[in-house]
Amino acid sequence: MFLDVSKNRSFDVLVIGGGPAGMAATVTASGEGRKVGLVDDNPDLGGQIWRGERKKPSSAEARVVFEELQKSTFEALPGTRIVGLVRPGTLLAEASGSLVELSYQSLILATGARELFLPFPGWTLPNVMGAGGLQALAKSGLPIAGKSVVVAGSGPLLLAVAAHLKKKGAILRGIFEQAPLSKLVKFGLGLWTEPSKISQAIDLRWQIGAVRYRAGAWPVEAVGGEVLRSVKLTDGKKVWSVDCDYLACGFGLVPNLELPAILGCSIGPGGTIVDEWQQTTVENVYCAGEATGVGGLDLSLFEGKIAGHAAASGRPDKARFLLNYRDKARRFARALDESFALRDELRHLAKADTIVCRCEDVPAGALAGRTSWVDAKLQTRCGMGPCQGRICGAATSFLHGWERGSVRPPIFPVGVENLAEVYSNSASSPV
Amino acid sequence: MPDDSIALTIDGQAVRVAPGTSVAAAVLIFQGPGFRRSVTGTPRGPLCGMGICYECRLTIDGLPQRTSCQTVCQAGMEVVTDVP
Repeated sequence: MFLDVSKNRSFDVLVIGGGPAGMAATVTASGEGRKVGLVDDNPDLGGQIWRGERKKPSSAEARVVFEELQKSTFEALPGTRIVGLVRPGTLLAEASGSLVELSYQSLILATGARELFLPFPGWTLPNVMGAGGLQALAKSGLPIAGKSVVVAGSGPLLLAVAAHLKKKGAILRGIFEQAPLSKLVKFGLGLWTEPSKISQAIDLRWQIGAVRYRAGAWPVEAVGGEVLRSVKLTDGKKVWSVDCDYLACGFGLVPNLELPAILGCSIGPGGTIVDEWQQTTVENVYCAGEATGVGGLDLSLFEGKIAGHAAASGRPDKARFLLNYRDKARRFARALDESFALRDELRHLAKADTIVCRCEDVPAGALAGRTSWVDAKLQTRCGMGPCQGRICGAATSFLHGWERGSVRPPIFPVGVENLAEVYSNSASSPV
Repeated sequence: MPDDSIALTIDGQAVRVAPGTSVAAAVLIFQGPGFRRSVTGTPRGPLCGMGICYECRLTIDGLPQRTSCQTVCQAGMEVVTDVP
């Protein structure tokens, strides 16, 4: 892997992440007349929620943002993954096997969120996927028609995924939400203050039709030899089995914080800490969307716009009205968070031989006596594989309360051949 | 398959997919759900679908450990799985 100097780029505002927050930030900063670059590690823009929708948006909101982006002047850098910081103001990125340097005056981190996966017996079997994971594959060409699917885990994403899969012809064998009905009803009542959310919820229920949505139930085992055959579920009293081709299972979302962390941004309990204009604790580095704390689409769009204004032209008064909209969306997100809080039983699904770290195949039993994330890494290699603890780190944070601690570059696996050369020319050597 | 389909090989087998299909989806269609073996030999396939978990990693055009869920099939692409 070689540093390709001809592909080095320099921007006034560099946006990392092409989901709703990053797209909104790009449109806004570009509208202020700044030279803007938009980086995403996926082949196309849209993020997870609008994956594959650039040419055919599925909602009015997506259509508006894609159209605005189409009219904006900026440089898109898809298929490009940030791996580290070369020096303040310059990031190292990898694209199609070569390394490039991306420089900026202001940086907007819109790194989004990933699904929280929790270990239970059989969860490593092929065809056990994330809820968003199966949806992403279905959007990228996996035929799902006629396949039977169990959707399980937690959060509003389950309904959206189920509706999408059903539309594509999947046979839904049930949606199982771990949160108890009582909490969901409370949340449902809270929706009366947000009429647009009610219509969204009704719309999703309508699309899912007669499919069973069951609250207070969760998976305890995925059964199969070389591939998934069935799922065992429980409501805490009895256990039953459902045959299926796919289990789409995620327990909510966790923010992607690796990049903010290596840039030195302070991280709070929910995500990257930002001020009222979305600036992190590092000057000229902004953060917007799920990476500041999971909060959904509306919040991401408001945060992206605010960050775009602030990064492009200071803190313009004309954008101040956005702060109120953002704060309202944030309150809605907090209520959602409480309703889908994870139950304690989920901490005890893994047996001693159930793999927790999927990269290094570290079983739950090996982690039982460990006292911290660092202790677990050093003693068991937990979190030391290619995903760099992104999956098991989030899981053990919930299971054991371990903090992941410091993050070191490169934040994604990258060929080492020329990393040394890149960093040898920089004042600070973070490797 | 319409004329604009993309021809590539998966473990030497010639296949055709619709434009825009990810390598992960292509392997699921033609090869099945097992993409590779873990360090202790258990079968694995895609999990996150978004380039985070690395469970779907494959060798693509000679480059190892590529996230197949984030790679779009291109004409002439050579995909090699880690399934014995």
